[in-house]
Amino acid sequence: MKQDDDSAIIRPRETDRISHDHHHDGIDRRGFLKCMAWVGTGTFCVMKGGVLSSYSLGALPFRGHESKGELSFVQISDSHMGFDKPANTDVVGTFKAAVDKINALPVAPEFILHTGDISHLSKPAEFDTVDQLLKSASAKDVFFVPGEHDVLNDDGKQYLERYGKGTEGSGWYSFEKSGVHFVGLVNVMNLKAGGLGSLGQEQLDWLQKDVKHLSHSTPIVVFAHIPLWSVYPEWGWGTDDSAQALSYLKRFGSVSVLNGHIHQIMQKVEGNVTFHTAASTAFPQPKPGEGPSPGPMKVPADQLRRVLGITDVKQVQHSHALAVTDADLA
Amino acid sequence: MKRISALVGIVLLAAVGFAMPGSTFAAAPENKAATSTEVKIDNFSFSPAVITVAAGTTIRWTNRDDIPHTVVSDDHTTFKSKVLDTDEQFTYTFTKPGTYSYFCSVHPKMTGKVVVQ
Repeated sequence: MKQDDDSAIIRPRETDRISHDHHHDGIDRRGFLKCMAWVGTGTFCVMKGGVLSSYSLGALPFRGHESKGELSFVQISDSHMGFDKPANTDVVGTFKAAVDKINALPVAPEFILHTGDISHLSKPAEFDTVDQLLKSASAKDVFFVPGEHDVLNDDGKQYLERYGKGTEGSGWYSFEKSGVHFVGLVNVMNLKAGGLGSLGQEQLDWLQKDVKHLSHSTPIVVFAHIPLWSVYPEWGWGTDDSAQALSYLKRFGSVSVLNGHIHQIMQKVEGNVTFHTAASTAFPQPKPGEGPSPGPMKVPADQLRRVLGITDVKQVQHSHALAVTDADLA
Repeated sequence: MKRISALVGIVLLAAVGFAMPGSTFAAAPENKAATSTEVKIDNFSFSPAVITVAAGTTIRWTNRDDIPHTVVSDDHTTFKSKVLDTDEQFTYTFTKPGTYSYFCSVHPKMTGKVVVQ
């Protein structure tokens, strides 16, 4: 795996103020990474015009400023409804905790993104349960993309019937909210032996067309289940043709990529693209390469909710600022 | 086919077995002379990943993981299990010699091979 200062995978550790600017572009990538690393433990990072600031959760800069045209939304992921193994025998309970967390946010989110693995076995009752539990969330609009667990046995037919209205192909789509262009991509269909996640040519062509008319200053948020960056290909944590997709987004000043699948928080910044993976609401998975497989990881019961979570994202108009905050369910 | 016939000729129910060549739902032969073998799915891998068997052998895959998997031939048509939850099984009888590559369509990094002689 390629690792250097600009593209290192980082995990919550410690934070620094800006101290490095190797590219003389006003962006301290190392500082940003370290700051981003803190999001898992409650620090809040904002990048404005290439300058990084960080805030503790106790001093959220956005609190009480909902009327200033900012956009706030929440990402949840990997609810695996129906899972009942030792790693979490109560995925309903932890999903409810996630909804409670959403409802307790200081700024009510406008909508929710669910980045897939809604269900564990694609059973109708599993989808029904998630739909039912989401009804008590403060945000009523939920945008989905499928995980591989949502398209078992039927090539995604049921998923499309439930969540695919107005989407293209196997369920990809885009929409605008407060000047931000959101793109939901599907990378869990037609997977090839030995391969990773896959978008496929039809979807890539669609994406190229979809963003063509946008001005380069339009903030872009791309969400998909499997990471669109190479987290750990040995465990299938990447997407074969993601580089092609990202090439269509190079000209934009602000691109945020939100993924799930790996059941842990990770971030990477590469140029104008910020990659972020969310925690699961169901069970954690090991860090890349640690352990014999990427299967569910059992942690002591009193620690489970600390490794599950939701992701709160804010986009402030006219300031090129993106803030991603992860909150655990404890 | 002559070789296969010779192999199973001693099996009383050979005629039944050949009525559905390659049937996904072929019952495990009760006669011990018939060959069947096991492949475990554990820790996101097939074990053994490569297995060599005689034509006519039934292979049974058992999922020992907490995560569902599938057993699908690379061409998606020769054999294709439904999704296997924990402890669920899939069997397939290999009647023709050849090399059969397969994978888990949920986790395509998981690959395996059956060599039928």
